[in-house]
Amino acid sequence: MAWILMKALTLGMIIGSALIIWKALMCMSGSESPVVVVVSGSMEPAFKRGDILFLYMSKDPIRAGHILVFNVDGRDIPLVHRVIEVHERQDTGEVDILTKGDSNLLDDRVLYAQDQLWLQRHHIMGRAIGFLPYAGWVTIILTEKPIIKYVLIGALGLLMII
Amino acid sequence: MHSFGYRANALLTFAITLLALMCAMASLSDNLNSPSPSAHVQVLNINWFQKQPNGNDEVSMTMNISADLQSLFTWNTKQVFVFLAAEYETPKNSLNQISLWDGIIPSKEHAKFWIHTSNKYRFIDQGRNLRGKEFNLTMHWHVMPKTGKMSADKIVMPGYRLPEEYR
Repeated sequence: MAWILMKALTLGMIIGSALIIWKALMCMSGSESPVVVVVSGSMEPAFKRGDILFLYMSKDPIRAGHILVFNVDGRDIPLVHRVIEVHERQDTGEVDILTKGDSNLLDDRVLYAQDQLWLQRHHIMGRAIGFLPYAGWVTIILTEKPIIKYVLIGALGLLMII
Repeated sequence: MHSFGYRANALLTFAITLLALMCAMASLSDNLNSPSPSAHVQVLNINWFQKQPNGNDEVSMTMNISADLQSLFTWNTKQVFVFLAAEYETPKNSLNQISLWDGIIPSKEHAKFWIHTSNKYRFIDQGRNLRGKEFNLTMHWHVMPKTGKMSADKIVMPGYRLPEEYR
């Protein structure tokens, strides 16, 4: 009986530590998503599919050339593209932003919501400040071949019980 | 304490920690580099300068763009993304930055270049403020490392001016 409780405690501690690390990263980076995986090839050759990007969100002004991670209404996956146009208002400091993937021919207006011409600050999840190549392939494989996710969780569950 | 599982775990943790340390050191080595880039842009011709149907000004120009960015490259540099932006102020906007041209420099050999081009991206204002407008052409570059921290800088070239009248 005590043995089962020990196992459950170990599992709880592992999950707890992972959550603490994730929340601490969220605090340090100021973003809901401190780390993202690049899933498309639109920023090649800079970022390839499977790279991990470290994000940072601050009140610093957004300027041309920054690589931003942003959400578009109606799309569930955030996009990672570069700012190519900035228009900042005199009075409020609000910005209109246009983005484009480095290896795309066209700017992102085709990807924005219907009738949306610009991005604003509230669409932005963070700014890419550093990256780690290849480290995100695990996430891509787990997302695109969900069967592997179930196999892994099943195996982990078995290891706990044995 | 000597089962396969424990040994594999210890080895894997050690390997990953070591890899992370090496990546951090590689990134730190970039700070030793002190770059001395240079750039020059000549606006050869204003091809056309019109008011769009939606009421915004648009201008098209041909330029000679030259730069020497070789000193930015280190052994940890994967590529340098360079772009030229027109920057100006209007009554409504304290800053407008519009990228006119960009390029990817994959290696040191390609970092010294001279190109003759019209603007790759459309130069469209938010409004009709461009007649007689003075603007800066700023060359920005973003250094993408093989691993680690990205850095960026720019050279501001002031003193360009658009025509007083549409053509």
